[in-house]
Amino acid sequence: MNEGIKKSFNVREIREQFPALRQLIYGKSLIYFDNGATSQKPKSVLDAINTYYSHDNANIHRGVHFMSQRATTEYEQARRTIQEYINAEKSEEIIFTKGTTDGINLIASSYGDLLLPGDEIIITAMEHHSNIVPWQMLCSRRKLVLKVAPINQKGELIMEEFDKLLSDKTRLVSISHISNTLGTINPIKEIIAKAHKANAIVVVDGAQSIQHTPIDVKDLNCDFFVFSGHKVFGPTGIGILYGKEEILEKMPPYQGGGDMIEKVTFERTTYNELPFKFEAGTPHIAGGICLGKAFEFLKTLDMDAVQAYERELTEYAQDMLDTFEDLVLVGTAKKKTSVVSFNVDDIHPFDLGTLLDRQGIAVRTGHHCTQPLMDFYNIPGTVRASFAFYNTKEEIDVFIKAVEKSINMLK
Amino acid sequence: MQEIEIMSIEEKQREIIDEFNVFEDWMEKYEYIIDLGKELPLIDPEKKTQDRIIEGCQSRVWLDVEFKEGKMIFSADSDAIITKGIIGLLIRVLNNEAPEDVAKADLFFIKEIGLQEHLSPTRANGLASMVKKMKMSAIKWSLEHGK
Repeated sequence: MNEGIKKSFNVREIREQFPALRQLIYGKSLIYFDNGATSQKPKSVLDAINTYYSHDNANIHRGVHFMSQRATTEYEQARRTIQEYINAEKSEEIIFTKGTTDGINLIASSYGDLLLPGDEIIITAMEHHSNIVPWQMLCSRRKLVLKVAPINQKGELIMEEFDKLLSDKTRLVSISHISNTLGTINPIKEIIAKAHKANAIVVVDGAQSIQHTPIDVKDLNCDFFVFSGHKVFGPTGIGILYGKEEILEKMPPYQGGGDMIEKVTFERTTYNELPFKFEAGTPHIAGGICLGKAFEFLKTLDMDAVQAYERELTEYAQDMLDTFEDLVLVGTAKKKTSVVSFNVDDIHPFDLGTLLDRQGIAVRTGHHCTQPLMDFYNIPGTVRASFAFYNTKEEIDVFIKAVEKSINMLK
Repeated sequence: MQEIEIMSIEEKQREIIDEFNVFEDWMEKYEYIIDLGKELPLIDPEKKTQDRIIEGCQSRVWLDVEFKEGKMIFSADSDAIITKGIIGLLIRVLNNEAPEDVAKADLFFIKEIGLQEHLSPTRANGLASMVKKMKMSAIKWSLEHGK
């Protein structure tokens, strides 16, 4: 795949490639606005899953036989596809994981072993539980200090406060690129530069950004970038941890087992080289290969056009929702994308979500795994519509009418 | 209300199914449930205590169980109105019934009126846990009273 085959952005053509979008829910055409939770899969990924299990299934890295070799080649090709997509220096820097949560836990557990009592970690007030709890666990295990950078009412990081938290004790900053609840796009390039100046490393939680914006880890200069395959049009149960080679080399293994070793005796075991040092056991081979296919699919799209289109959808939905009296948008950052969270007066998000569901519209309701953020806004949860490039303005129109109908029923 | 008291759990469920049969679409059904939820002051605010809370992932349910003359008296509430309306139906069916009847009650009406998804244990609204707690209280009472 190269630049030459990129097509101009055509939502009708794109929708054709996502079979799950064409179905009736309670007799109505599905409107899938829960992309922040997981994305639908293009046909190329679905076909690859089928092809893998019906043709190529074999264990990798160890087999001498033809099928094992073939599966190994495909799996390693997927690694290189992803490496190229995010512009990592080497394929050794691409570790297959189970997903974002797994990636963060790997870093917290392994890099965490290099930290000393009193060292400080900074996260932000808008983080997902998976970017809070692993650090809390690490802090209690290694007697570290967890600091939380505050946000303003719009849901933007207060940079002056972040600056104040950075000190010579800061060893690690872990931050979401895009907030799953608010859609806020954090200024991660600036944060990375500042953290590096303080000699701290930076983990970027890219769970909500990899599918919406072009990612260049070299340009960002982040130390780690983690994401989940299923949110970027690939299968569930597979994800990626990108880490700078020199840091990954310093880190002890995360889990022990097959594939991650060089030589095992009962007296002493030496470990395999990168990336296998961090990939114990038979991996999710089909997942890895098909995640590669998802990125091949993404490479056919013009991501700048995708970004512009998604921003347009978000702004349109937001402007339409803003016309409702008593509706409060949660998360109104100047730089935001793809996520519109809101509440209506005394209506519980769960009720609104239930009635939208009955109208064939899939949204997420609840705290979105960001309870501290809900506490900050003093709300039990929100209704969240999150868009992907296969959504349309026409769908938003139907959604707006459904919201209106639901509010009328509940008031 | 004399008739309601002598109706069995099964009869009360049949009555609800009949009521729901007149609704022509999902909207009427939900409007009815929402109205039920709005009408019913289901629990004494003083009883909305931490120990009576059943945490769903999304909506919260409070349940209080009392025993009067061998019958169970339930009061409950929820912060979500649809959940509250369905609680109203469940209480209508199970209130004033003997613990042994509550324990073995088959709540078929929920499926019949097309609300089964609300009672799924994965639904995260706390309703499945509430029904479980109602039944466990009934079983516990029966055991304590040698029934």
